[in-house]
Amino acid sequence: MPELLQFAFSGLTVGAVYALVALGFTLIYNASDVVNFAQGEFVMLGGMITVFLHLAGLPLPIAAVAAILITVLVGLALYAFAIDLARGSGAVQIIIITIGASIFLRGVAQVIFDKRFHALPAWFGSEPIRLGGAAILPQSLVVLAGAALIVALIFLMIDRTILGRAILATATNRLAARLVGIPVRRIVALSFALSAAIGAIAGLLVTPITLTSYDVGTLMALKGFAAAMLGGMGSAPGAIVGGVLLGLAESFGAGLISSKYKDAIAFLIILFTLFVRPQGLFGKRSTERV
Amino acid sequence: MSIQMGMTRRLALAAGIGAMMGAAPALAQAEIKIGAVLSVTGPASFLGDPEKRTLEMEVEALNAKGGLLGRKIRLIVYDDAGDANAARTFATRLLEEDKVSAMVGGSTTGTTLAMVPAFEDAQVPFISLAGAIQIIKPVRKWVFKTPHTDTMACEKIFEDMKKRGAVKIGMISGTDGFGKSMRDQCVGVAGKYGIEILHEESYGPRDTDMTPQLTNIKNKAGVQAVINPGFGQGPAIVTRNYRQLGITVPLYQSHGVASKQFIDLAGPAAEGVRLPAAALLVASKLPDSDPQKKVVTQYTADYTKKTGQPVSTFGGHAYDGFHIWKQAVERAKTDNPAKVRDEIEKTKGYVGTGGVVNMSATDHMGLDLSAFRMLEIKNGDWTLVQ
Repeated sequence: MPELLQFAFSGLTVGAVYALVALGFTLIYNASDVVNFAQGEFVMLGGMITVFLHLAGLPLPIAAVAAILITVLVGLALYAFAIDLARGSGAVQIIIITIGASIFLRGVAQVIFDKRFHALPAWFGSEPIRLGGAAILPQSLVVLAGAALIVALIFLMIDRTILGRAILATATNRLAARLVGIPVRRIVALSFALSAAIGAIAGLLVTPITLTSYDVGTLMALKGFAAAMLGGMGSAPGAIVGGVLLGLAESFGAGLISSKYKDAIAFLIILFTLFVRPQGLFGKRSTERV
Repeated sequence: MSIQMGMTRRLALAAGIGAMMGAAPALAQAEIKIGAVLSVTGPASFLGDPEKRTLEMEVEALNAKGGLLGRKIRLIVYDDAGDANAARTFATRLLEEDKVSAMVGGSTTGTTLAMVPAFEDAQVPFISLAGAIQIIKPVRKWVFKTPHTDTMACEKIFEDMKKRGAVKIGMISGTDGFGKSMRDQCVGVAGKYGIEILHEESYGPRDTDMTPQLTNIKNKAGVQAVINPGFGQGPAIVTRNYRQLGITVPLYQSHGVASKQFIDLAGPAAEGVRLPAAALLVASKLPDSDPQKKVVTQYTADYTKKTGQPVSTFGGHAYDGFHIWKQAVERAKTDNPAKVRDEIEKTKGYVGTGGVVNMSATDHMGLDLSAFRMLEIKNGDWTLVQ
């Protein structure tokens, strides 16, 4: 029994990060129909900038806030200099641009930072909490709480504020949104900024546990994208559920079946789900995009 | 096309040999050319970069002292960026255009094996700086290597485990090239040391959480020690998760993570972890009676002064390769490839950064288990296990 609890803790922690990356995918996808494959690089930037500002002598909280702000600027620059300039092109072209942007960001990070792995100190120490025979790191709780808080804030914003309504309207029908006077381009820019911020926060929350380097973004984007597909592309609750499910599938797959096939097990589950429900768990069946 | 290429190559080779034989006396004062194809950039740059810096440093120092046999040495370095195809092309260029008399290089096993046939054909000695045992087993007439092998690391660990009375062990290995290769070597020699592997797990090179795998090892009754063949950040996360789960049996890491960075990444969790490593890493901690003390402290001082960077064992491999070649040339009193090869094979009692080298016709590496020191991490630093 305690081992099942241990697998669950492990899966939840990893899954929470996948969920945040998937949420970033979702926000941008809803606002612009674009799958932003540079989402993983936001996670990398959040972690790496914090590490290097901290090494340069800034206190950790200030370094963290600065890292989030810089990543948001990078997100906005990505929108202004790559996505917005190509706004006449189709979604596929823009997706390819984001892949290029992700390679570019990785290359720049390799030059500005370095090619080594880095760690951050855990916020509340690294002494594990023993719970029912399982051991959980305090930082895992920080990741879970942070993820829950971000998700709650995003949902509140979309539900309760005019800005959120504008995002929702843009997601539903861009032309109609523009006709009622919503500045659609600014809303899309905002979605890039928000996604960058979420990615950066995920990065700095998780770095004390998983370590970081210039190239962690690739895997994050892959797993986050898989989670978003599983939950249903474009559905925020789907992104959360998809992320957590993927994390749990990996840890239980590794623990109960075989660590050799842990990724295969997770992707098999996704394939099977999409086979039965092509629109994902929470996705709406859409015909016009096919 | 290919016939033409073959012709040109043969012609060039013939011309090269002709020039060497006919002009040798006249060129007595000419430079001695030594080649090095290294992975200076790319994914294996952590190997090639210190190797290149070391070779350049040693050649410069030797030339400042008047060179070798009264002749200056010219080092020709090519960067294969970790690509075996590029390495093969550069090897051909070294042999046919630059006409080197020997080669100290080949940062990775892949690039080395790609270059071996070229040197065998041209009959030029090739001292490789890569790890795998396949390079020298079976013995190839013209090929040597300086680094210790993964098998030796496994043996060193098993030896230490047995000393501590741990014969039933768990193993968790990375699925990257290094982890997989060392895992296979360890499984291969476990029986020889009476070690029984009770439970085995693996993890992907980019995995961020290994608690499920370690939970299974923890719950396996009778496990007395755990070994983690792996490279990169994986072993640091394994070490952290190991302490998180409160596993109390000894944890062994491999020489793949024998760097200060591992201690930094694993943090306090690294306390008590043991791993085999070259004497170079603990130069200042070696007793004065240690035969390697002098060479490793000297190389450490030279390298850090010259480059401003900490030493790595990889640069040390290049140091050893260069000096084994240099001594062979001194003994042969010529840079004639065939004669130098014979002298390299006769290397006896060369004390280098990687250990004491005793080569023979059947052993083109010449290291034994004493090349490795067992280290334990205490208070965030290495200590020697006696």
